[in-house]
Amino acid sequence: MLASSYKDEDGHISVSGSGAAAAAGGGSLRNKKPENTAFKQQRLPAWQPILTAGTVLPAFFIIGLIFIPIGIGLYVTSNNIKEIEIDYTGVDMSSPCFNCSQNFSWNSTKSCTCSIPFQLDQPYESNVFMYYGLSNFYQNHRRYVKSRDDSQLNGNEESLRSPSKECEPYARHDNKPIAPCGAIANSMFNGTTKPVNWRRPVYELDSDPNNNGFINEDFIVWMRTAALPTFRKLYRIIQRRNNLLPTLPRGNYTLEVVYNYPVRSFEGRKRMILSTISWMGGKNPFLGIAYITVGSICFLLGIVLLIIHHKYGNRNNGADVSH
Amino acid sequence: MGSVQSYFNNLRGKEKKQEEERHVRANDRAFNLSYNYANNAIRTSKYNIFTFLPLNLFEQFRRLANAYFLFLLLLQLIPQISSLSWFTTAVPLVMVLAMTAVKDANDDINRHKSDRQVNNRMVSVLIDGELKNEKWMNVQVGDIIKLESNQFVTADLLLLSSSEPLNLVYVETAELDGETNLKVKQALTLTGEMEDSIETLSNFKGEVRCEPPNNRLDKFKGTLTVNGQNYGLDNDKILLRGCTLRNTEWCFGLVIFGGPDTKLMQNSGKTKFKRTNIDHLMNVLVLWIFGFLFTMCFILAIGNAIWEVKEGSVFTVFLPRDQGVNAALSSFLSFWSYVIVLNAVVPISLYVSVEIIRLGNSYFINWDRKMYYPKNDTPAQARTTTLNEELGQIKYIFSDKTGTLTQNIMTFNKCSINGKNYGDLYDFSGHRVEITEKTQKVDFSWNKLADPKFAFHDYSLLETVREGNPEAQAFFRLLALCHTVMPEEKKEGELNYQAQSPDEGALVTAARNFGFVFRSRTPETITIMEMGEKVTYELLAVLDFNNVRKRMSVIVRHPNGKMTLYCKGADTIIYERLDRSCKKLMKVTTDHLNEYAGDGLRTLVLAHKHLEENYMEEWTQRHHEASTALEGREERLDQLYEEIEKDLILLGATAVEDKLQDGVPQTIEQLANADIKLWVLTGDKQETAENIGYSCNMLREDMKEVFIVAAHTAEEVKQELQYARRMMCPESAEQPSVKKCRAGLFWLQKMETVQDEKVEGDYGLIINGHSLAYALEKDLELELLRTACMCQTVICCRVTPLQKAQVVELVKKYKQAITLAIGDGANDVSMIKAAHIGVGISGQEGMQAVLSSDFSFAQFRYLQRLLLVHGRWSYIRMCKFLQYFFYKNFTFTFMHFWYAFFCGFSAQTVYDEWFITLYNLVYTSLPILSLSLFDQDVNDRWSFQYPQLYCPGQLNMYFSKKAFVWCMLHSCYSSLVLFFIPWGAIQDTVRDDGRDIADYQSFASLAQTCLLVVVSAQLCLDTYYWTTVNHFFVWGSLAAYFAITFTMYSNGMFLIFTSIFPFIGTARNSLNQPNAWLTMFLTSLLCVLPVVALRFILMQIRPTINDRVRYKMQKDTLPAPPPRRPVRRVSTRRSGYAFSHSQGYGALVTSERFLFKRPIKSRLAFSVQPDGPLARNLPQVFRPIAEELHESQSSKS
Repeated sequence: MLASSYKDEDGHISVSGSGAAAAAGGGSLRNKKPENTAFKQQRLPAWQPILTAGTVLPAFFIIGLIFIPIGIGLYVTSNNIKEIEIDYTGVDMSSPCFNCSQNFSWNSTKSCTCSIPFQLDQPYESNVFMYYGLSNFYQNHRRYVKSRDDSQLNGNEESLRSPSKECEPYARHDNKPIAPCGAIANSMFNGTTKPVNWRRPVYELDSDPNNNGFINEDFIVWMRTAALPTFRKLYRIIQRRNNLLPTLPRGNYTLEVVYNYPVRSFEGRKRMILSTISWMGGKNPFLGIAYITVGSICFLLGIVLLIIHHKYGNRNNGADVSH
Repeated sequence: MGSVQSYFNNLRGKEKKQEEERHVRANDRAFNLSYNYANNAIRTSKYNIFTFLPLNLFEQFRRLANAYFLFLLLLQLIPQISSLSWFTTAVPLVMVLAMTAVKDANDDINRHKSDRQVNNRMVSVLIDGELKNEKWMNVQVGDIIKLESNQFVTADLLLLSSSEPLNLVYVETAELDGETNLKVKQALTLTGEMEDSIETLSNFKGEVRCEPPNNRLDKFKGTLTVNGQNYGLDNDKILLRGCTLRNTEWCFGLVIFGGPDTKLMQNSGKTKFKRTNIDHLMNVLVLWIFGFLFTMCFILAIGNAIWEVKEGSVFTVFLPRDQGVNAALSSFLSFWSYVIVLNAVVPISLYVSVEIIRLGNSYFINWDRKMYYPKNDTPAQARTTTLNEELGQIKYIFSDKTGTLTQNIMTFNKCSINGKNYGDLYDFSGHRVEITEKTQKVDFSWNKLADPKFAFHDYSLLETVREGNPEAQAFFRLLALCHTVMPEEKKEGELNYQAQSPDEGALVTAARNFGFVFRSRTPETITIMEMGEKVTYELLAVLDFNNVRKRMSVIVRHPNGKMTLYCKGADTIIYERLDRSCKKLMKVTTDHLNEYAGDGLRTLVLAHKHLEENYMEEWTQRHHEASTALEGREERLDQLYEEIEKDLILLGATAVEDKLQDGVPQTIEQLANADIKLWVLTGDKQETAENIGYSCNMLREDMKEVFIVAAHTAEEVKQELQYARRMMCPESAEQPSVKKCRAGLFWLQKMETVQDEKVEGDYGLIINGHSLAYALEKDLELELLRTACMCQTVICCRVTPLQKAQVVELVKKYKQAITLAIGDGANDVSMIKAAHIGVGISGQEGMQAVLSSDFSFAQFRYLQRLLLVHGRWSYIRMCKFLQYFFYKNFTFTFMHFWYAFFCGFSAQTVYDEWFITLYNLVYTSLPILSLSLFDQDVNDRWSFQYPQLYCPGQLNMYFSKKAFVWCMLHSCYSSLVLFFIPWGAIQDTVRDDGRDIADYQSFASLAQTCLLVVVSAQLCLDTYYWTTVNHFFVWGSLAAYFAITFTMYSNGMFLIFTSIFPFIGTARNSLNQPNAWLTMFLTSLLCVLPVVALRFILMQIRPTINDRVRYKMQKDTLPAPPPRRPVRRVSTRRSGYAFSHSQGYGALVTSERFLFKRPIKSRLAFSVQPDGPLARNLPQVFRPIAEELHESQSSKS
């Protein structure tokens, strides 16, 4: 009658029998015995890693050893990039653009020009990238960021006729829809602007038909709002023409600026940057330094942990667990 | 439609003024309907199809978190404030609401089903002069219905007539109060005369006036008016809904209360909603978080004001302000905008996730095969699915004894006859063998009247008896004669004994199997079968048991005229009354008694004595005089008894085992090792309780002292408690050290905590019900608590259900510890409800304890698995979950805080809105869910091996306010790393083709990817138990993130939903840069390494018990459990005698009122006079009478 007996967890011999169960169930064979699956019995096979000296200490040392060379590599790469930055805001009296910055007015039709001389100490090999940089310009302000109409930019006719409400107050002007609408487009950094502040309509941005209207590269670059109040945006690329000559040889240069974008009211800065690039992009020593620092800290921490382990570890891990 | 109607009826019912008296007229529906009494339909469901949505939503929005999110959603509709699209809040809110609604709907559908099933049961109703089958729900107040045997009682009925003599009916009230013995109800003679005559019944025009519906099960007051005559009605004449009719062919009843008015339904009402410690903590934390959120928003709003004044006002050229908005208004708006942006700190999905985890862990309890009891096919059951993690924090267990620690089965285990010990088995080498279920049993098949359930293993005893050994025969003859058991022989040869105490039943059954079958009794005779030969003894006197005498004797005359006194009683008492010739035998028997005591058996000593005819005659004369004397009857009788019960000849001793459930001592030892204190609260008498205490290892010989508090005045109780305390800890302060503090949501709750006091050595405390009543008074309760908490073991005996609950409440109040109560009977219900967690032993007959419990299983020993394995895991899982959950949400939110300083406090988000929507819901929900369902620090076997692993839970070590603050600091660090590393890396950065990628969208996608990688890494670090499911969810979630991100940022999505997915191309443009990956790598290492280092250092310097066991687990295999051997303790302690507690049945057995002589028409072996002692005092099957629930109040005096 007794079908089986199994050894219980705590050492009891429990006898289970179909006869007993049937007797209890009044003859009916209902069996509420839970299924014996690994999942239901919480016996799923599992990997149970624990932090031991054998894994933690080598990990720290290895991370240290990997990070420091990467850091050095990044730092060197970043340092090899040549970059020059010219502030042409004209805050200083001595700056050639001081006058233009002082006399700026939105309505003046006459453009103010100033020229800034600068010198390249080293030749710039390969392609040279020209960026314009703005500081203290809150392109990432919430109201600024949302003040655009992607449908309109995507060429949706409906949106062209009636721009999205998000574009207010640059949605309509004199009861006519503005295209491109919104504060971003309105404040486009350029010598030439149209929507309210722009001096030219969008279809006259460039003479090249492939680079005109909404697909004008300068426009696209501007519409991609920056994450931080200080940013740079690509303006032009100086292609390397000749393999033998550097793109920009050493020497004296002059930057001619048609000054028509006001930033002084909000203590902004305008810069022009010339830079070469590497496999990891532009000049930014931050990652290199961070990697070197973190690597060294890891290494030091590894040593500290090793000492701690030697001092306490043997005592504890070797000891038996007391009951 | 019906339910809508009844819903409105309910509404109307509430307006109706309180019913003061019920007035029912039989067979007059029109009259009764005029009162609008509820009919017999019941409704336990909450909703119907139409009301579900509004009512359920209304209930859900009463929860703070849901209401808050609704508020947020409304805020987002204001364009000036809306910093996020509506869907970021709406999607999670709808998901959460939908999940809860589905669960509620499912619950309600089940309730509907059971309602429908009950409402559609059929019953015979007397309508218009004939019996018709009607559904229960159509039964009206005032109807007369007919019930048949084994039917459920339809509604609360006034019993009119029955098939049984004297208009009796027998009902079982198991569903009502858990008691399984039959109860007797009796109809009025007036109505009983109608019997089953349909005609008379349908012409019956009685009117009942009675109390309004109420929930008192044991009281009823009313009058029946028939033909102008009034008859009083009491509880004896009422059949309550929920009872079952037994042993009664049919009966008729008049419906007085129907459906919701019945006492059953009035009783099943609001159950107190239990919440766990963690729930309370969570509420406090959510409040903290709100405070924290508003502080952050306030800081940012001030920042916004400053920015607007200093920068914003001059930046209006490019970013004009909205009309009429100045710095102050802008700052006000940004406050609310930030409330929206930072909403992730208030975890909407927290409650839902917690519920899911608890539900999952409850299922694991239900599914556990090691808590399944095959004998009665009972799996463990988590009846409340919201208390799991509290199982890992239990500090005090309050246990019932009968049926919980013990099986409530008494077995005749051993005996000593004439100096020879029977019952043990020895192997060839002379060692005692443990008796298990497989041991060969003695074959009693020669005896046709033997009880097949009786088991005995020592063959030699049977041989001795059958050989005709006179002492052995006298021994069993005594057992067959000297008792107050009632026989019941429904069929020839099918004997059934009704014993007042199970011990007596066991002894008489033993005699029955060894050939001395107690067959029947009348007040004057006892008939037994002696080795197959029928002998009828004349019963001359019963010298009944009471607590002072501690013995019982009968004087009988054999048919051959010989008169004998048979006596059984406690050893000390009998030994004083033995003949001097027994000296030698006494010594041997004493050795045996000590041996039995060492095995924890309950012993009785048996003796007899032959009586001379003339002495007996004279004694009978004096006995008669004494028993009819008006003054000093008791004393005179006692004196007479004392006189005749002397110079007894010792026959031997019996040992009855109050069978412990399997594994009880081991379980108790394990729980003690886990630092859980076990208090036994039992209705049993002191000796029994003490005995069990010893046999299950709670009380031990090596304890320094076991204090017994059994005083009769408050002063004495106080002295005894203080004496015990000073013995244990002489230097303890007179006044308890009470720590007062405030707790709760708004620090409104005052708490007093009595500090634990250290005691050297182990002590035990036994306190009886009388003393406990005094000790639980206001001025003594702290004294009791201090003394009791110093002891290793506390046993309270003779306690009432109410006292059980009081003891639990006392500990709850002053110890702030988590308590668990475990019991099996109706008398444990109050304690089960009072404790934080109630556990019911299921599979027994009574269901009341199980019905009010939170967890139920069949055997006490499963408690260790429930606590040490499931409880511990649940607690660890929940704590890990909460820690991680707060960590990931805080880290997520703090990033916005840091970004605020760079975006002009404009409430611009760091991440893509879709990421915000999906972060909690999709990207990070499943990995933590799988962790909190599957994680195990060590497996179950190691948990048993090291019960100390349980202790951190009791001390709230894994999650507390402190841990929460740590969690916040950790998030703060992580978010700083997560924000400023990408910030530094992206400064003026360009791609390898020269294009700038310092734009907002690239930064957002970089930051969110870093965040997700870091929180996933943290999760990996927290996962101790990597099942395939964990792997699948962790890696799957990351993969899903990338898949979803690339899809949403693709051209296709942009072209279809241009304004919804503006991040076109961002992912592919920024994530293909080595810079981005180097940044991710750096941030995750910077976030993870300090945690690893800190954990490693802590593990080295101060390893916790967990660390040690986990370390050991990696290195060693689990040692095999030691083999079990029968242990025999050397004991000088004499165990309790095997008698029941109250006055015996002697008077009843011999009384004239005892009904054997009366000719009866029923098939019952004996019947009962309704107001006779038997009806009142009918023994509950193996349950002390004092434990009955309704006596709880009276016994306090």
